[in-house]
Amino acid sequence: MLPRPFRVVQYRRELRDTFTLTLEPWDGPAEFSFRPGQFNMLYQLGAGEVPISISGDPARPGQLVHTIRAVGNVTGVLQRCRPGDVIGVRGPFGTPWPVAELVGRDLIILTGGLGLAPLRPVIYSVLANRPAYGNVEIIYGARSPQDLLYRRELERWRGRFDLRVHVTVDSAGADWHGNVGVVTTLIPRTRIDVLHAAALICGPGVMMRFAVQELMKKGLQPRDIYVSLERNMQCGLGLCGHCQLGPFFVCKDGPVFSYERIGPWFEKREV
Amino acid sequence: MSSPLLLSGATAILPAAAFHDLFALLRQEGFQPVGPTIRNGHLVLDCLDGPDGLPRGWTTEAEAGRFRLQHRQDTAYWGFNLGQESWKKFLFPARLPVVTAAKHHGAISYAPAANHVPPYAFIGVRACELAAIWIQDRILLSGPVIDPHYAACRQAALIVAVNCTEADDACFCASLGTGPAATAGFDLALTELCGEGGHFFLVQAGSERGERLLAHLPQQPVQEGQWQQAQTLVAAAARSQTRSLATDGLPGLLYDRTEHPQWDDVAARCLSCGNCALVCPTCFCFSMAEETDLENVTASRWRLWDVCHNLDHSYIHGGWLRPSSKARYRQWLTHKLGAWLDQFGCLGCTGCGRCLVWCPAAIDLTAELQALRKFPPKE
Repeated sequence: MLPRPFRVVQYRRELRDTFTLTLEPWDGPAEFSFRPGQFNMLYQLGAGEVPISISGDPARPGQLVHTIRAVGNVTGVLQRCRPGDVIGVRGPFGTPWPVAELVGRDLIILTGGLGLAPLRPVIYSVLANRPAYGNVEIIYGARSPQDLLYRRELERWRGRFDLRVHVTVDSAGADWHGNVGVVTTLIPRTRIDVLHAAALICGPGVMMRFAVQELMKKGLQPRDIYVSLERNMQCGLGLCGHCQLGPFFVCKDGPVFSYERIGPWFEKREV
Repeated sequence: MSSPLLLSGATAILPAAAFHDLFALLRQEGFQPVGPTIRNGHLVLDCLDGPDGLPRGWTTEAEAGRFRLQHRQDTAYWGFNLGQESWKKFLFPARLPVVTAAKHHGAISYAPAANHVPPYAFIGVRACELAAIWIQDRILLSGPVIDPHYAACRQAALIVAVNCTEADDACFCASLGTGPAATAGFDLALTELCGEGGHFFLVQAGSERGERLLAHLPQQPVQEGQWQQAQTLVAAAARSQTRSLATDGLPGLLYDRTEHPQWDDVAARCLSCGNCALVCPTCFCFSMAEETDLENVTASRWRLWDVCHNLDHSYIHGGWLRPSSKARYRQWLTHKLGAWLDQFGCLGCTGCGRCLVWCPAAIDLTAELQALRKFPPKE
């Protein structure tokens, strides 16, 4: 499967090591349809390809938005991209968050660190159709106040009466008046009807493991908990073998799994 | 075993002296014959000019952690079994460029890499190897994504199978039902009859193309005794196998025993060298590598074999998901004999035995599975 050339139309510095690229198809104004939770393989000539989740608004398919943390060779080179540069895109790949299936339910959107990026399309979709959902609780944790991703948007969401946004950081100085502690400590504060709620989780592995435990303690069932997983991916097509987790290819059977399906593998070490 | 050989299709006897004619016919039909040959003391798969390139009069001794080529007492063409190379070498090459990229005036274009696919005639494909090709077909041809190079290569290739009349110590195809007789997936299948009654090949056609080729070969009708002799030899090759792999309880058995103490035991022996996966005829993992010119204007993206025994196979930013060799061996075996069933509806093992032969620590997956069956841990 060949990459398709996309032009960078905006570079935005998010955090010290995190940035957002807005892309448009180089070969015409064609739309790029995707569903929240899916990812693309971004290719920079000379560096290689990386799987990056789509973090833009699915209702605006004319622009493709990726928030990327510069942690390796390819992401380091992508960080140097500026408007006008052309990169390759393959995708979209993977299973989406079940946004439409969750209509009528209470939602807990629980994220840590960069995990907010693959869930932002869910938040956009839910807000675009807000009356269709019950209570919506967003829980977001970051290392420090300086590491809060999409901070202005978080503040805007926090100002809404139809949304509850809980933010916490692992450590902070005296100028931080918010919560300090891990995200799981905020789960008891959510107001949801556990019989009609679903949780969507994306973040570091340890965070997700504890979050699942806490949600189940609250009364959520494994089938109502969804997680998005991260693995080494070199093809996106379920062929290269790197992303395997037990019987699953995370790139095509995931990255979004119901906990009911992935649970037995999620709890094993080094699989 | 009543009849190990395929009973349908055209059959004939080809005198060994006329073996050259098969090669000549294949060349005339535009095929490039490839098959086993000895290069620098190693049994490899390579281009063959004719039957003289085959390891005639040689045999293999293959046991866990040990492989030797020895002279035979007779002049049989096919008196050996498997070397370390499988037909994957041609169908799913270890290194293959798949995409090229070029910058020009600020734009970038991408194109599929142009790979020449010769019409190979695979000479001497054993039954376990046919099973391996069948397995890779399920992975690479059954969709939703089809590997174009594999498809082109497979489409063009002609397969001349050879039924095994002897088994190596490492073989366990009989227990998996993948051999030693070729039953499907070939154009022609040969059973070599070499003894007091003369030197012949019992040739069976397995496809219309095979029947057409067979019709052009100098041949004699099959006599009942020759048919019996072939049956007996192949059945004996099955009976002589001492190793076996029991598949009952898979994949659940492996899914349930990820914390079995046997994994620590095998990890203490495993060197994580990856030989087992590299010689495996069904392993398909690959990595992508970028190759550019000095000015960074053109690039090729290469597909390279990768193995799950490599630490970097599970790398994501910040670390490795399977840092221990225990986890990596467990991944390999659990995939091969477990997850493969869920993913592709078949085992990832054909019973060829290469993984145990080429393991420098003589780790035998049949023994490992047996050990995993015993002493179930409390969970």
